[in-house]
Amino acid sequence: MSDDKVTIEVDGAEVEAVKGQMLIEVTDRVGAYVPRFCYHEKLSVAANCRMCLVEVEKGPKPLPACATPVMDGMKVFTKSAYAIGAQKATMEFLLINHPLDCPICDQGGECELQDLAMGYGSDVSRYNDRKRVVKDKDLGPLVSTDMTRCIHCTRCVRFGEEIAGMPELGTIGRAENMRISTFIEKSVDHEMSANIIDLCPVGALNNKPYRYSARAWEMVQRAAISPHDCVGSNMHAHVLRGRIKRMVPHANEEINETWLSDRDRFGFEGIYSSDRLLQPRLKVDGEWRDIDWEEALQTLADKLQAAAADKVGILASPSSTLEEARLLERIAAHLGTNNIDHRLRQLDFADQENDPLIPTLGCSIAELEKKDAILMVGSDVRREAPIIAHRIRKASLTGAKVCFADQEKRPYHFDVEAQTTGEDLADQLIGILSTVSMDAKLPKSIAAMCKGVSASEEQGRIANALRNAERAQVVIGHNALRHPRSSTIRALAAAIADVCGADFGVISEGANAAGAHLAGLLPHRGPAGVPRKSAGIDAVKMNARDLDVVVLFGLEPDQDVVNGADAVEHLCSQEFVVSMSPYKTYALDSCANLQLPIGTFAETSGTFVNCEGRWQSFGGVATPVGAARPGWKVLRVLANLLGVENTKYQDSVEIRDELQAVLGDAAVESNGNSFNASTSAAADSTPRTSTIPMYEVDGIVRRAVALQLTMEARRSRGEPV
Amino acid sequence: MTETVQLSSHVRDEIDRWTAKFPEEGKRSAVIGALHAVQHENDGYLTAELMNGVADYLGLPTIQVYEVATFYSMFQTKPVGRNNVAICTNISCMLRGADDLVEHVENKLGVKLGESTEDGRIYLKKEEECLAACCGAPMMMVNHVYHENLTTEVVDEILDGLE
Repeated sequence: MSDDKVTIEVDGAEVEAVKGQMLIEVTDRVGAYVPRFCYHEKLSVAANCRMCLVEVEKGPKPLPACATPVMDGMKVFTKSAYAIGAQKATMEFLLINHPLDCPICDQGGECELQDLAMGYGSDVSRYNDRKRVVKDKDLGPLVSTDMTRCIHCTRCVRFGEEIAGMPELGTIGRAENMRISTFIEKSVDHEMSANIIDLCPVGALNNKPYRYSARAWEMVQRAAISPHDCVGSNMHAHVLRGRIKRMVPHANEEINETWLSDRDRFGFEGIYSSDRLLQPRLKVDGEWRDIDWEEALQTLADKLQAAAADKVGILASPSSTLEEARLLERIAAHLGTNNIDHRLRQLDFADQENDPLIPTLGCSIAELEKKDAILMVGSDVRREAPIIAHRIRKASLTGAKVCFADQEKRPYHFDVEAQTTGEDLADQLIGILSTVSMDAKLPKSIAAMCKGVSASEEQGRIANALRNAERAQVVIGHNALRHPRSSTIRALAAAIADVCGADFGVISEGANAAGAHLAGLLPHRGPAGVPRKSAGIDAVKMNARDLDVVVLFGLEPDQDVVNGADAVEHLCSQEFVVSMSPYKTYALDSCANLQLPIGTFAETSGTFVNCEGRWQSFGGVATPVGAARPGWKVLRVLANLLGVENTKYQDSVEIRDELQAVLGDAAVESNGNSFNASTSAAADSTPRTSTIPMYEVDGIVRRAVALQLTMEARRSRGEPV
Repeated sequence: MTETVQLSSHVRDEIDRWTAKFPEEGKRSAVIGALHAVQHENDGYLTAELMNGVADYLGLPTIQVYEVATFYSMFQTKPVGRNNVAICTNISCMLRGADDLVEHVENKLGVKLGESTEDGRIYLKKEEECLAACCGAPMMMVNHVYHENLTTEVVDEILDGLE
């Protein structure tokens, strides 16, 4: 037996354990259940609820399993009369001050205290004195509080310190007067704050928007994938009579672990916005008229068939499903147009020929926390992809040197080794590169840029951190992708990664940029990245060129497209604009001629390919609102009407499988992320890219009421907080 | 959001003296010392602004300072009288008549334990635990100074002498 292994006995059975492990980890592994409240595998051990007391042979008293390290030869009894007696005694103390308000408590039915009170509580209380009452706190629009129910497990406090990296809640006062509080009244302000709802074992911290709207046992649980960033967090939708009531995390250690960002948790509220388009509509003589699906699709098919092939343009959201992307591409191919794009916020397309097959992180999400140096280029990572920021924080906590080259300093929740800031990202990268390029062969165009440049001290430290790391990573974020010189930035960042032996990747826009690339939702490449014979026009040019028919899929041109106001104005002057979107907006009403209501991510089946190249398929979880139909079904009927061959798909899985067959090996081989150094010197005169606020990334989030009330959203709108 | 105040140079020196005693990463260890110093300069009580100042100076999240300040009975987080009078009521002092002393003082000052006199002169501390001077019971502590073997006359004299 190796040195770090010990053998213990749990309830009479011999079990092997690792030295230093806590008893509860071993009992959990072998399935010997021990009740607990404060212990959580993702948090530090507090041992303050005392519910997990067990009997240990020769132990002077019952020991808490969560804080007792295993010792060789230890004999543990989890079900002995002694152990159960200790657990029952603890339960009696916990219930002394707990109110008997289960019937009006949202946690009722899924409450750890309620469950364990069934198993370990007594039916009659021996406590006859007054119970304490604790004043509730206003923690903001996401988390409701009923602090009298709190049993002081401190999971929420430890979450703030250890996971969020921003302790906001603490234990105030002591003994009888102890309470969980922010002390001074303030709302909890963190992009992952609502995880304390799941962590709270009782009904003290609950989901505020969901409050009193359903009971746990009435709802069905359906798996969903988050549509708001490229991570693809796994979620469970809790659905009551076809309507989503709340989202909770679906644990996946490789992606979101047990966490969910607030955006993923509360974003779904936008599905039930009053902005939903309920019926297909056609603009007749400037007036909107509701029509049926048959007429709507026939009108569109006629328009598309009548239009000259190169006068059709298709713009789709990068959060469209893989299946929707596939059908849009097939329709475009059938019509003979290459004017199709999903890169709505990108300005610089000069290097598109050199793009990798799909944009990925360059490593898996889980691998990020094992990196020892990370350079983030033009990325407000906490707002772009909170889960990725969480992994970077984990890397930082274990000693990784995290560096930033960005337009401005942002509030990070981890230590930053070095950072440069300035409007021009490319200049910063040239500085970093100049300190490492002496001994390396750089492409000529890049070497020329570095000539005669002297790096700042901070840039030198970034270069050193990357060069001296064994597992280094360079990631470019949304602000770099949206930058007017993004091709130069990408080439430079790739060169830095290359010279320093780092992996290189991007945080792509939307939930499915990778899927859109695979399906060929690009003007210059078809499915599987095969170059088109003649490239069509990109998203920017499409908003400058005169077209006969423009198809907008899942987007709002004023918000989701770069220079939105100009895009709307241009669309208004186009011959025929069709909007397939879950929403009607003022801008769409003015520029579109036909509006077709499609389902959101929750009302359709489909697949998202995340920033690791991971395919995640999901089923529809909610009943579509109004006459909305899943996007793929709308496109399938349209394809049928247009006479596109072999489009009699029965379900979305057929579309996915068909694309998978087309992709062949390309679907698997997804991590080749070398941006060959090609640069456009297309230095635009506007060096500034606009940052999209965290809660405005897509139409659904923009309409999520609770998120719009958060400090974060109010700050981004310039309101006083 | 509550404001943060800049701490006085004396308080900062005092905090530096405490931080020097602990390892670099052990800033939290200096919180009690820091709060003592701040409270002393602020007529015996702490404000959120001052606690923020301590958090700021030590580089800690504000909540970690609030936790300490609300936990220990020697810190006051609400305004109190400028002279801190703490009569011990633990076992030894109780057996030697502490309860009568408390009653006498309450009547004399017209305030209950835990309250301050209207003129802001005296804060009668709520429930002082054993101050380890049982041999001189009953005892009280006035502004960090121990007074032992008390009688009502001695107490009157001490209290009357407070500014």
